[in-house]
Amino acid sequence: MMNKLKILLSLIAVNCLLALSAQAQMVVEITRGNPDPTPIAVSPFSWSGSGILQEDVSDIISADLRRSGLFAPVPKEDMLSFPKAPDEVVFRDWRILGTEYVVTGRIEPQANGYLLTFDLTNIFGQSKMFTKQVSGGAQQLRDIAHRAADEIFEAITGIRGAFDTEMVYVREVNRGGRPVYELMRADIDGARSRAIRRFDQPVMSPNWSPDGQEVAYVSFETGRPAIFRENLRTGARQQLTNFKGINSSPTWSPDGTKMAMVLSKDGNPEIYVLDLSTGRFTRMTRHFAIDTEPNWMPDGKSLVFTSDRGGKPQIYQLTLATGQVDRLTFDGDYNARSRVSPDGKTLVMVHRSRGVFTIATMDIRTGQMRLLTETSLDESPSIAPNGAMLMYATKRGDQGILAAVSLDAGVKYNLPSQVGDVREPAWSPYFD
Amino acid sequence: MFKSVKTGLGLACAMVVLAGCSSTDTDDTAQQQMVEQTQQPVVEAPAQETAVPLDNVVYFDFDKSLLRGDTRELLIQHADRLRGTGTSVRLEGHADELGTREYNLALGERRANAVRDFLVLQGVDAATLEVISYGEERPAVPGSNESARAQNRRVVIVK
Repeated sequence: MMNKLKILLSLIAVNCLLALSAQAQMVVEITRGNPDPTPIAVSPFSWSGSGILQEDVSDIISADLRRSGLFAPVPKEDMLSFPKAPDEVVFRDWRILGTEYVVTGRIEPQANGYLLTFDLTNIFGQSKMFTKQVSGGAQQLRDIAHRAADEIFEAITGIRGAFDTEMVYVREVNRGGRPVYELMRADIDGARSRAIRRFDQPVMSPNWSPDGQEVAYVSFETGRPAIFRENLRTGARQQLTNFKGINSSPTWSPDGTKMAMVLSKDGNPEIYVLDLSTGRFTRMTRHFAIDTEPNWMPDGKSLVFTSDRGGKPQIYQLTLATGQVDRLTFDGDYNARSRVSPDGKTLVMVHRSRGVFTIATMDIRTGQMRLLTETSLDESPSIAPNGAMLMYATKRGDQGILAAVSLDAGVKYNLPSQVGDVREPAWSPYFD
Repeated sequence: MFKSVKTGLGLACAMVVLAGCSSTDTDDTAQQQMVEQTQQPVVEAPAQETAVPLDNVVYFDFDKSLLRGDTRELLIQHADRLRGTGTSVRLEGHADELGTREYNLALGERRANAVRDFLVLQGVDAATLEVISYGEERPAVPGSNESARAQNRRVVIVK
């Protein structure tokens, strides 16, 4: 009896915690914004179905646009009217507020879901730019909102939106005095976070397949580090390596047929490429130094990686056809864990400057480096598929949190903090 | 007792000098070999009662896999007890939180390898020693401060 009561009480406590964390998730703290963001109003959408919608779709769109740093959404309480369609937009009212664009929309019930019809109106041009529709299932209101935000963002900026994307990351929580390591998945705004899998040994280095259907990661569950791939939809998973020593840093090739990784079975860490269809491993580096953290150039013809063959960790490029290795970074005595932008022109990496670890970008052609962050324990940068922003891990006090910064350093925000230590974000590719 | 502290200090000084001399282009392994050659004459008092368990953690300097002078005495005692016994030993290498996770995994392995190589030089059967690196994934002490970091840069000898 007492036991049952205890369980019930702890369930209530857990539920309270869950409710708290759900609330906390709504707050994205923007730490640096574009100096001249475009004023836009997302007028609350109409709903023609019965009951109350579980999500405020127009609010989610506003939050997406605000997080990009390029837009300043008008707060609902400042709006003089709530138009539901372009012919209800009174241009004069919005001009008074300085609003440049107004989004209107109507949500209707559909068999097993919802249909959103939304319009973008240019106030100064006094013209409707488009009317579009997005539909989704009963649990997909947030997806509908993110897809609409992507359309609005692209119509105004000319850049493809990346709001309808996800991330995987690692979370370490303390359960009854023991660490539990969770491979987590969430929307890119931090909402709908859930564990893909829980481990009682460390898990690290999550990496998406280019089709967004699978993740590869390193797990210590066998007592040694091993590389696994896991299908996110079916939960099916496969252990890819079980060599003596380090098995780590899996990264899928852009065409999805190969995986670069690090194995130390030869005595020290070397870069290997695994052909996923034949299962054949090809050794790519031969050096007594540490070679690690491979990442593919978008054309799949070369890898960038970290090596301390010059005495300190620096970034090198390996041309796969010839085996030629060229050093890319020369500024500073610690450059590591690089990622390449989708256009192949920019490297992002962890850079140590004056004893502090920050995220830096480098123009690959000119070699010019630029610091993006100024906190002190920044790591694991992961670039959005549109190349506009990157997500990284940093510390607030002793707690690991996730943050994002635009590649031009103009916009920066922290994701809502969670219970536990959160790290190693990996931004998903586009899902279509 | 005083004597061994002094020896330790002397060794530590030698380490510092050596580390200072080595340019950034010198590989850690090379440094380590140099140290091993110059530090051979370390002679220690025979192990006392074997019942007393030995400390099983050795610590390292930041971004280094060189064995520190103050840890050699301990490793020699371990070697004395392990030699010829066939006992399986796991050498778990760790790094502090500074620097990237994958690089730290490699650094942890390098540290554990340095301990393995030293034990093998002292006559321990290499086949009984298994190296595994956890990088910075399993800190001994949580926290973002130098005291925690110093305790996390370590190799743990697990029998």
